[in-house]
Amino acid sequence: MFRFVLTRVTLIVPTFIGITLLVFVLIRLIPGDPIETMAGERGLDAALHERLLQEYGLDRPVLVQYWFYLLRLLHGDLGRSIVTHKPVIEEFASLFPATVELSLCAILFALCLGLPAGIIAAVRRNSIFDHGVMGVSLTGYSMPIFWWGLLLILLFSVQLGWTPVSGRISVLYFVQPVTGFLLIDTLLSGESGAFTSALSHLVLPTIVLGTVPLAVIARMTRSAMLEVLGEDYIRTARAKGLSNFRVIAIHALRNALIPIVTVIGLQVGLLFTGAILTETIFSWPGVGKWLIEGINRRDYPILQGGTLLIGAIIMTVNLLVDVTYGMINPRIRRPR
Amino acid sequence: MSKSRLLLALAVPAMLIVTPLAAKTLVFCSEGSPENFYPGINTTGTSFDANSQIYSRIVDFERGTTKVIPGLAEKWDISADGTVYTFHLRKGVKWHSNANFKPTRDLNADDIIFAIERQWKESNPYFKVTSSNHSYFNDMGMPKLLKSVDKVDDYTVKITLNAAEAPFLSDLAMEYAGIQSKEYADAMLKAGTPEKLDQEPIGSGPFMLVQYQKDAIIRYKAFPQFWGGKAKIDDLIFAITPDASVRWAKLQKGECHVMPYPNPADLDAIRKDPNVTVLEQPGLNIGYLAYNTTKKPFDDVRVRKAFNMAMNKQAIIDAVYLSTGVAATNPIPPTMWSYNKSIKDDPYNPEAAKKLLAEAGYPNGLETDLWAMPVQRPYNPNAKRIAELMQADLAKIGVKAEIKSFEWGEYRKRAQAGEHQMAQLGWTGDNGDPDNFLNTLLGCSAAKSNGSNIAKFCYQPFEDLVQKAKSVSDQAERTALYEKAQVIFKEQAPWFTIAHSVQLKPVRKEVVDFKLSPFGRHTFYGVDIK
Amino acid sequence: MTVNTSTITKVLVRPAEPPHPFFEFYSYFRQNTGAVIGLWIIVALAVLAVTADFVAPYSPIVTNNAAFLKPPFWQAGGSLAHPLGTDAIGRDMLSRLIHGTRLSLLIGFTVISISIVVGTTLGLIAGFYRGIIEIAIMRLMDIILTLPSLLLAIVIVAILGPGVSNALLAVAIVLLPHYVRIARAAIITETAKDYVTAAKVSGAGSIRLMVKEILPNCMAPLIVQATLGISTAILDAAALGFLGLGAQPPTPEWGTMLADAREFVLRAWWVVTFPGLMILITVLAFNLLGDGLRDALDPKLKS
Repeated sequence: MFRFVLTRVTLIVPTFIGITLLVFVLIRLIPGDPIETMAGERGLDAALHERLLQEYGLDRPVLVQYWFYLLRLLHGDLGRSIVTHKPVIEEFASLFPATVELSLCAILFALCLGLPAGIIAAVRRNSIFDHGVMGVSLTGYSMPIFWWGLLLILLFSVQLGWTPVSGRISVLYFVQPVTGFLLIDTLLSGESGAFTSALSHLVLPTIVLGTVPLAVIARMTRSAMLEVLGEDYIRTARAKGLSNFRVIAIHALRNALIPIVTVIGLQVGLLFTGAILTETIFSWPGVGKWLIEGINRRDYPILQGGTLLIGAIIMTVNLLVDVTYGMINPRIRRPR
Repeated sequence: MSKSRLLLALAVPAMLIVTPLAAKTLVFCSEGSPENFYPGINTTGTSFDANSQIYSRIVDFERGTTKVIPGLAEKWDISADGTVYTFHLRKGVKWHSNANFKPTRDLNADDIIFAIERQWKESNPYFKVTSSNHSYFNDMGMPKLLKSVDKVDDYTVKITLNAAEAPFLSDLAMEYAGIQSKEYADAMLKAGTPEKLDQEPIGSGPFMLVQYQKDAIIRYKAFPQFWGGKAKIDDLIFAITPDASVRWAKLQKGECHVMPYPNPADLDAIRKDPNVTVLEQPGLNIGYLAYNTTKKPFDDVRVRKAFNMAMNKQAIIDAVYLSTGVAATNPIPPTMWSYNKSIKDDPYNPEAAKKLLAEAGYPNGLETDLWAMPVQRPYNPNAKRIAELMQADLAKIGVKAEIKSFEWGEYRKRAQAGEHQMAQLGWTGDNGDPDNFLNTLLGCSAAKSNGSNIAKFCYQPFEDLVQKAKSVSDQAERTALYEKAQVIFKEQAPWFTIAHSVQLKPVRKEVVDFKLSPFGRHTFYGVDIK
Repeated sequence: MTVNTSTITKVLVRPAEPPHPFFEFYSYFRQNTGAVIGLWIIVALAVLAVTADFVAPYSPIVTNNAAFLKPPFWQAGGSLAHPLGTDAIGRDMLSRLIHGTRLSLLIGFTVISISIVVGTTLGLIAGFYRGIIEIAIMRLMDIILTLPSLLLAIVIVAILGPGVSNALLAVAIVLLPHYVRIARAAIITETAKDYVTAAKVSGAGSIRLMVKEILPNCMAPLIVQATLGISTAILDAAALGFLGLGAQPPTPEWGTMLADAREFVLRAWWVVTFPGLMILITVLAFNLLGDGLRDALDPKLKS
């Protein structure tokens, strides 16, 4: 087991270094430099431009820049934003909870609807319900979520006025960040209105971001359940006269959960792609929107640091899923 | 620590900080996050809006006008030759305080000198902190203009200039000249965290910063000891809302009280809302399409004229600006002195355009590029859409225009290098002088590579008039010269003048005494709420 | 958006010798109503795309100064002259949507062609030569897979500059790893088999071996992956368009149209609704077809 974990970790290190190099080089290739971008209509005289490039270390050869970057990285220094001059890690830390909160809610939403839907569809195979669930989930899976978000805003915020249009919480509530998760912070603050406000701001983004995972989970649950339900031990359990509910809820679901959890774990990257779009639509102050802005402003340190941190997080989650899966299912521990 | 105690430990500070809603809260739906809280290196109105509430300046613009009034300086003397300014500072001006810093003294001459030297002298320990790019200080020509800044006593500062400069006082009233606390700066330098000066600001202005969350909110509180008297509102909130339609939705619901930059498409609805008033004022700006007069085919004035007649300006206004812009005839806005009212714009006439194009040697049309900015600018809400309309119009006279766009910094740089044939751009004025438009944007020195004159227009009769107008001081004489220059501009047609945008500000009815700034800024001191 | 990996591996272990492959496939496929519907929708879209010039009532880029933001015909103010209304500068929505079909299908097919050709080549090389080459290729693919696909695509487009062809390339690169993995997995399984060893012994060159013997054996999973990949490609390209990095105006790409229409959300629902609906329908059709193909090519799942 230890060897298995070790090999996985050693696989991760070169990937991570590869990411740093790839991201670094790719970002240097983007035309336009941040100093010019900030100058606006008036422009900048050449001498000043030169001096500023020097100050940011942008005048050295790319490989030299990369080397210094790696050195600083080893000390946990990701540099400072060229626009705001704040440390990248600080900006990331202040925005990341918003993204996590949204993503967790989306996954939770997807699980709460997707699991039961998938199970019932599998149990009542080929029923109208089954076809309905499969049809809806394939539609969800095909959904351009940026459009989906606009439609929901149009319907619920504009036509019906049920939900707020954008943001995380009504500006009238002043909640000092403690955990960064507004749902928790507002509860801690003891103001019931604040919690409701935060919750109502979360509804639409959660649905939008949760749509694709919901579809994937429902489909995955169904096929995993179908497979398990066909196994001998289920038939045996049924033959023993156990109630249908017990067979499904205890025996079948427990075994079907393994591939389902794996799929969820591997969805993190996908979830982040969704978060970029969702945050853009709902003006959600998270890291996805922050990165898009970083690109528009040619803010190299933000792009680099942000991409690295996100890559690292995704890799860690994948590793955890991998290891957990390996522990549950010893067969895959063999080296590939 | 047990779970419940942990929870308690977390909950108690949180509860202490949550304040009950104050009686008067004004919410401004701002359009973006500020870069930081040091105006000296900022360039965007968004950043100036966020930090001008915090800082005071030596002198100020009277709210809603361009008139200079006393600020931190109660009064000042100017020497006869106009080179020595002596400022007499107000006494008893208090500083804000925050978790890092409690001020021990009032504002004095040291702070004023620090504010200037930080931007001026490389030897100042703060010169490079956050950034050494003090854009406006440089753009206003301060490094060349300043000779010395001296402390006469604690409340008197003497500034000596190398030459007389009429707009010097106005320059000091601009946001970049906001005064920071030297005592705070020294303390932060000692603590090894100099950048805190610009991230967690201490000012002496009407509002103090309470909380800033990037992309979400800026929260201010009225500073009770403000030298001009406490603001009428208690809390000021900037709800950062980048999407214009969303800003409007929030204003409509009463979630905010003032919003900048409404979406042209929403204006009809906004005007119909009984709870909202739309304040408007023509802005000091111009949006234009520049022909590169050094490149074929635009070196021929007939081609430029033909293009001017081929494009339907009214359609562009109707589709893109709607009521947020007025069609532009001259290169300077109509509110500016010396604007020549007698000039007639080139009529929209595709037939005549086609004929003129044939005369110029292009009977079968031609191919060209057409650059459009990738971003929204104050003078141009949607350059790409305008380009699409122009492209369609030009197709009618046989011109095939390819729309091109680059990343914004790259765009301006390439346009200034003259890589384009036709490019859209614009300008927002700094100080209200026609020279700031006619010479800066159309003069020969600006036509050199990397100059702001992207039409690369250098026409001697025009140049002579503009240079002469710069050297005389009599305004009537200058007016006559500039009026003539505008006639030549129209004859030579280096630009297709598109529009002057109108500053529009939807404000809810409960807001009292909000005034539009001629510079497009948002000042909330003096504003009240019902 | 990818097919989960477990289904891919399942496809790989299909029975070695089905009796009449095509007929068996066809009979399974026909039973799947969804897949047949998907196929018909795609055929219809393809016809629209090919005949766009004749079918569309107007040019997709000609503006009409007299008809800004006209609603669809069934709403007050709309007329049959513009059945689905017009956009902000008076272009006919219906015509733009029809021409958009052409563009989206073109994007989908081109992206997949690039990904398949480059991907399988890389995969075959990795699987055949093993060693350092394999490690290099597979590590690179891991990196691409680790970074969120949209983020990587955005960075690539930022480098190349916005535009249809660059967006297309970016999406193709992002989709590469799937094909590389399929091809590599297939070749590793196949090379272990007797007939490959036999062919090797009989002196077949390595390239010939790859192309003639091994490639056909991994066609099935590739076809399935490609069909599903088209939908991903269309979605990703539209997302880039939506972020302003894909096709540039006045190109009638659906994602770009949506981005352009965002500011009219409160005022003109039709400019927002229709382009998205088209994306949804097209992507759904390809997913239906892909699902059907997978089930038909992998009868074991159907049991």
